[in-house]
Amino acid sequence: MHPAPSVIIFTTCSGLGFGLLIWLGLGYPAVTGWVAFAFFTIAYVLAVGGLLASTFHLGRPERAPKAFTQWRTSWLSREAWCSLAALLTMALYGGGLVFLDTRWSGLGLLGAAASLATVLTTSMIYTQLRTVPRWHTPLTPALFLSLSLAGGALLAGQTVIAIWLLAFSGIVQIAHWMRGDGALNASGTNIASATGLGNIGTVRAFEPPHTGTNYLLSEFVYVVGRKHAAKLRVISFALMIALPIALLLLPFNHLFAALAVLSHLVGVAASRWLFFAQAEHVLGLYYGKR
Amino acid sequence: MTQLPEKTDRKLGLVIDLDTCVGCHACVISCKGWNTENYGAPLSDQDPYGDASGTFLNRVHSYEVQPEQGVAQLIHFPKSCLHCQDAPCVTVCPTGASYKRVEDGIVLVNESDCIGCGLCAWACPYGARELDQAAGVMKKCTLCVDRIYNDTLPQEDRVPACVRTCPAGARHFGDFADPDSNVSRLTAERGGMDLMPEQGTAPVNKYLPPRPKDQIAKDIDVLAPLLAPVDENPGGFLGWLDKALEKL
Repeated sequence: MHPAPSVIIFTTCSGLGFGLLIWLGLGYPAVTGWVAFAFFTIAYVLAVGGLLASTFHLGRPERAPKAFTQWRTSWLSREAWCSLAALLTMALYGGGLVFLDTRWSGLGLLGAAASLATVLTTSMIYTQLRTVPRWHTPLTPALFLSLSLAGGALLAGQTVIAIWLLAFSGIVQIAHWMRGDGALNASGTNIASATGLGNIGTVRAFEPPHTGTNYLLSEFVYVVGRKHAAKLRVISFALMIALPIALLLLPFNHLFAALAVLSHLVGVAASRWLFFAQAEHVLGLYYGKR
Repeated sequence: MTQLPEKTDRKLGLVIDLDTCVGCHACVISCKGWNTENYGAPLSDQDPYGDASGTFLNRVHSYEVQPEQGVAQLIHFPKSCLHCQDAPCVTVCPTGASYKRVEDGIVLVNESDCIGCGLCAWACPYGARELDQAAGVMKKCTLCVDRIYNDTLPQEDRVPACVRTCPAGARHFGDFADPDSNVSRLTAERGGMDLMPEQGTAPVNKYLPPRPKDQIAKDIDVLAPLLAPVDENPGGFLGWLDKALEKL
């Protein structure tokens, strides 16, 4: 799949922003006043910034509000509702903390649940696609949720829990990579089932339908840069998991904490790039590619 | 509404005969011609006289199939929307722009509701949907919905443009819900098949597999009655020529 920058920025930043909102909603850290204002600003910049970035990949962004209508079947529509609910609830809850020095804990729990649901719905947009076997697994929501919770804990300064959550996310990430590498072969979809010609003999794509490229090839058959995938996995894992854990284990220092956050952010972005770039859409089989 | 209908009154679709298709791409051109001028946004081309790419609702692939015994076969393979009964492209749509019609099962896009998110194209295993790069909306085969019900056209033209134009008669249009229709009978007689059945899309369009190649017994030459047996040890002029050439 084409790793569009808008979608990578969206899933990376929103995941982190909603992760922070989850912890703030639960009251970790239990801040009020200007300190709370600073925390909520960071969370909203990341969450809303990510959502705005996601509209850049739309063909007709001016019609985006229509995406609220089909929540009965569409995970994308459900994501729109969850994100709106989370942002509105947490704005009210944050308003109480910042301006009234009051913590409405029930509202905070509700906002945390909506934030968690937003990350879940984002991950389900990818998980539901049987056409991309690498994504079509419960490990995808597990990866998105654990990374969001870990990154949120990191931003919220919850050092101990952040270390455990980062370690857990690391395990899920490795499992997702390992399963993903064999997912297309295991899916049972291949050029023989795609063409229905497998019972005659070995099928080979002889000639594509056109001499130039097309939307399908540029959107779904992204092969450029996959050769660096192994190196990028190591870099991504080091920045996303290993370095932040090492920095958190050192005696607490604001510089180290900021470095841990920055390293985690870059690492997650690299992991998301791989998430898209390495994903094989079954449509590529018609072109003899994967 | 992106909830799929439990059942459609009719199941309009195509039968594509892989035995008959000659790979001329006439269906591709007539499809583009009709659909760029009629329903919805035109099918744009980008840089048509340079590094060309553009929107097509129908494309013809070619595959080489190598049997275990014998020579390889070349099979031309037209591919367009299969108007699936369990269409994954419809349910993922966040705006309700994608829908499957209850009356005839045609999968359509209401272009004025489409936000161009591309998720339906992600959900389609066949690559049947293409986001038009100029209009920013999703384009797909409409089964020429603006031809098949069009009273202003002569009766023989009220079929999809690709079917009307196919010079080989490799494309057939009809109602799969009627067991006596041309398409239902063709599918039953020739073993019409689904593409990627394991994806669970239950496509309406069916593909007729190539007929098995004739197998000719080795010791029979069809030209045998017309040919004199070749002498292994020729005499006369041929014998002299053979010897003379050997000596050279």
